[in-house]
Amino acid sequence: MGISEAPWKQPYHSRAPTEGIASQQSAGTIFEVFMTSQFISPGFKRRAREADSAFKERIPPGQYETKDFPVLSAGPTPRTPLDQWKFSIYGGIAEDLKWTWDEFLRLPRETVTVDIHCVTKWSKLDTVWTGVSVDTLLKEVNLEAQSGIGYLIAFCDGGYTTNLPLPDVRGGKAWIAYEYDGKPITPEHGGPARLLVPHLYFWKSAKWVRGLKLVAQNKAGFWESLGYHDYGDPWKEQRYAGD
Amino acid sequence: MATRQLKWQLAKVVEIRKETPTVKSFILDVPDWTTHLAGQHVDVRLMAADGYQAQRSYSIASPPEVTHLMLTVERIEDGEVSPYLTDELRVGDRIELRGPIGGYFVWSAFDDKNDDSPLFLVAGGSGIVPLMAMIRHRANSGKKVPTRLLYSSAYQEEIIYRQELDHISANDSSLRVIYTLTKRQPLNWQGYGRRIDRPMLADTIWQPAEKPRAFTCGPTRLVEAVANCLQELGYKPESIKTERFGPTGG
Repeated sequence: MGISEAPWKQPYHSRAPTEGIASQQSAGTIFEVFMTSQFISPGFKRRAREADSAFKERIPPGQYETKDFPVLSAGPTPRTPLDQWKFSIYGGIAEDLKWTWDEFLRLPRETVTVDIHCVTKWSKLDTVWTGVSVDTLLKEVNLEAQSGIGYLIAFCDGGYTTNLPLPDVRGGKAWIAYEYDGKPITPEHGGPARLLVPHLYFWKSAKWVRGLKLVAQNKAGFWESLGYHDYGDPWKEQRYAGD
Repeated sequence: MATRQLKWQLAKVVEIRKETPTVKSFILDVPDWTTHLAGQHVDVRLMAADGYQAQRSYSIASPPEVTHLMLTVERIEDGEVSPYLTDELRVGDRIELRGPIGGYFVWSAFDDKNDDSPLFLVAGGSGIVPLMAMIRHRANSGKKVPTRLLYSSAYQEEIIYRQELDHISANDSSLRVIYTLTKRQPLNWQGYGRRIDRPMLADTIWQPAEKPRAFTCGPTRLVEAVANCLQELGYKPESIKTERFGPTGG
């Protein structure tokens, strides 16, 4: 951005997190705060656990690290028997793709270790998931020949939906996960299978996912139409519409 | 969809109420507050002098009709934001907040879609807060929507808003408040004395034929149990709205 030589001229919220950390030891700190006229809560201090290097590099602004795994959902937990479970991909493609649970488990699997960030402020580091990369699922679709498709809508048991730009689920960025920490994902955490898109706030990682609809036009999903941000980048604090 | 940003605002503490040994209510003057719906929350932000910021969400306890905003905060041992609010904040101090947030776990007495559906509210601990906003809003609206609140606390002294709940229900036969105490019950206790379970819900719910709307807020275990049991008892999944209150790092 060409302004790294004068970090105090940047407001806090537009600075990359690592830059913000580096500057907090500089003599310019108090001056910066005055410059951005942000309100300081008297006596509020960063605790030791928020000052260590892992926290600084891996926890986005406004988030805190949790060791538990909180459960957040808007309604009751759906429970679909596995013999009735199917995963489908459709919309703008010649033939719909469908997998039964057994077929899905036979697809090539990947195990990934990722940090996740929930818009309700908690972040959890080094979570381990196993599932099928969305790249694997989309391999059978000649997306390059479908130039009109720019987005997808994940749909789920219970009626939940969330929208994503297609590039955000390609190139090793998204999975349909069915194991957490080596065990089947429990229903409260989205089992039997959930979308996993760890680079966006976790409401995009839809629980109880049953398929992906490929679409030309972006269309707000469940939380996106209730005031939450359309894209949801945790490092830019895109929590709510307009952020 | 309009994309006007929810701006951070400075709120001034005008009153602090001690609700229970670990819970305080903060009554705030927020000059640019527009309005909210019962059930919504705000984000509170604390900023340290070095630019470090911490944020947490807190449910709004006040109904939309009143001028001041009330937040009710449970002190989480080893928490980061809640101990600052409950231990450090004084009348006249200011905090940053923005909102209202959340458009799903909400209820309005003036919503045309209500069809006089009765309300079944289930709270665990500080999960009472957004439900209290609904109860206060309902009381102010003058609409006698038949309402039952089933409220679980560990100990009697941890029941939040006890006096107000008893006062509102004593003066309104269409509101019934049912308490359960899970850890210890005083002598002559009239309420239940165990965790919320299916038989307790079967005893207290509106029958599904009355097309009730259910809201449940509390710790995950309680919310999961309530939502599952209500479905087993015939409630449609879409009639059950849930909100979790995890004391996770609060």
